[in-house]
Amino acid sequence: MPIIVADGLSRSYPVAIKEPGLGGTLRHFLRRSWRTVEAVREVSFRIDPGEIVGFLGPNGAGKTTTLKMLTGLIHPTSGYLEVAGFIPFERRKAFLKQITLVMGQKEQLLWDLPALDALRINAVVYELSDQTFRERVAELSKLLELEDKLTQPIRKLSLGERMKAELLAALLHRPQVLFLDEPTLGLDINAQAAVREALREYNQRFGATVLLTSHYMADITALSQRVLLIHQGRLIYDGGLSALLERFAPYRQVKMELERPIDPATLASYGEVEGVNGREVRLLVQRHALTTIIARLLAELPVLDLSVTDPPIEQVIGRVFSEGTVT
Amino acid sequence: MLELFRKIRILLSTYYAYMLEYRAELLLWALSGSLPFILMGVWIEAADSGQFPYGPEAFARYFLAVFMVRQMTVVYVIWEFEAEVVQGKLSPLLLQPMDPVWRHVASHVSERAARLPFAAAILVLFFVLYPEAFWIPDLMAVLSFCLVVVLAFALRFIIQYTLALCAFWTERASALEDLWFLIYLFLSGLVAPLEVFPPAVRAVVEWTPFPYLVHFPASLLIGAPVDVGRSLSIMVGWMALALGINRWLWRKGLRRYSGMGA
Repeated sequence: MPIIVADGLSRSYPVAIKEPGLGGTLRHFLRRSWRTVEAVREVSFRIDPGEIVGFLGPNGAGKTTTLKMLTGLIHPTSGYLEVAGFIPFERRKAFLKQITLVMGQKEQLLWDLPALDALRINAVVYELSDQTFRERVAELSKLLELEDKLTQPIRKLSLGERMKAELLAALLHRPQVLFLDEPTLGLDINAQAAVREALREYNQRFGATVLLTSHYMADITALSQRVLLIHQGRLIYDGGLSALLERFAPYRQVKMELERPIDPATLASYGEVEGVNGREVRLLVQRHALTTIIARLLAELPVLDLSVTDPPIEQVIGRVFSEGTVT
Repeated sequence: MLELFRKIRILLSTYYAYMLEYRAELLLWALSGSLPFILMGVWIEAADSGQFPYGPEAFARYFLAVFMVRQMTVVYVIWEFEAEVVQGKLSPLLLQPMDPVWRHVASHVSERAARLPFAAAILVLFFVLYPEAFWIPDLMAVLSFCLVVVLAFALRFIIQYTLALCAFWTERASALEDLWFLIYLFLSGLVAPLEVFPPAVRAVVEWTPFPYLVHFPASLLIGAPVDVGRSLSIMVGWMALALGINRWLWRKGLRRYSGMGA
């Protein structure tokens, strides 16, 4: 039975428009004009317990709006939504105790106090006993490698440590459904990896469901088997990462090292020239013509070395979004 | 019940720790409430030359009591709430199984505890500088003062929090507090005791919530005559009214907040 059910979910909201300059300012003051933005349109999906699902889309695609609907912060304009057996917007206590929302760069912890003090507040808000609180802090601080940091004021922590402390606070009540909006935003590679590892560990240990958005493809490829692709408010893909490549990237990348530089115009007759760097060439070749093209390349060009790979996923998704190849 | 006490204890102790991080600010905040001392000087001068129901000593005691009431009833929820709404920090708080207002209440109560030593120091300093004004109020006066000052704080908190909820509709709800404060300044007894108002004006003012925020508790402490039963009834009435409007605005406001994208 799915833990998240979204059927035909839509959300539009008004945005005030203001023209630049003094005239625009005065008009804006006297009479505000509004325009309706359809942030999310007819989005449907189901997520099973324990799944980690990546939520991808360019800025403004409707990712955050969808997350806010799923957590109950905003009401869908239309459509049906159920999370962990609850209607999110009713925000019942029993529902709130099962979910968590982490928004990168929106701190909840009290800035001037050590994390441990702020965590005590979370413990009473979620009605955890002292013993449970201590056990969970010990367990999670180990998971997040924060053991010696919890008694330092939050403002003295590095960005990565702060994010981990936020995550600790968000996981203290052991939520079954995690909504993460850019949890690794602004973190360095090591901290990103640590946050990812902690999320994976949490998911495995407690069978929690995770839905995360991220700008870093590495987060998605490392954590999720399944991705939801959202573009201009519409869900354009729901499925596995490898199937995503096949569907949106019906081509492969051929890397060659040549004996001598070849004119790009000549290269273009074999496939789309992605890049030429002296004797090194990258071509994008249609999958169905791959064997024929490789045979021709080997026969007709002075090839020293040749390899075939999938194009990087960032690139594929970037192409989907920029070309709007929505099928 | 035990769980509730634990909740209160941890909330208060954590926010108390938080407030103690601002030692220097606490002293400044306590000092910034010294307007009653300035007005005391003005009224003592006036008492020497004019016909007023209070003599110089009584004026001194009245404004001293006003100072204490002010220290115990400072409310700043509107600025904090406005910032939460404008910066979107309210959203994560709404996803916790506790009404966000309790954090503000805990913050205010803890701030009071942290401020107390500074306020007491100012009080001692005052008596050293002006020993003629020293008096020991009777126990009944002190007890009723303590009770009423808590009610005055509650009333002021509820009213300001109600104004704060307008942040759901306007980005600058604190402008409402500025306007409110101007009226409060004159009608609460902060600038002058109500006894010096013309009787007709005073009769009208007594139906507003203002005198009960300062004048009523201060009068209890110095033993000035007040109608306790009637005053308490009016206080409770305003509290109930403000609370009703507050809950209504909260529901409407949340709907609007989520309508704008939370």
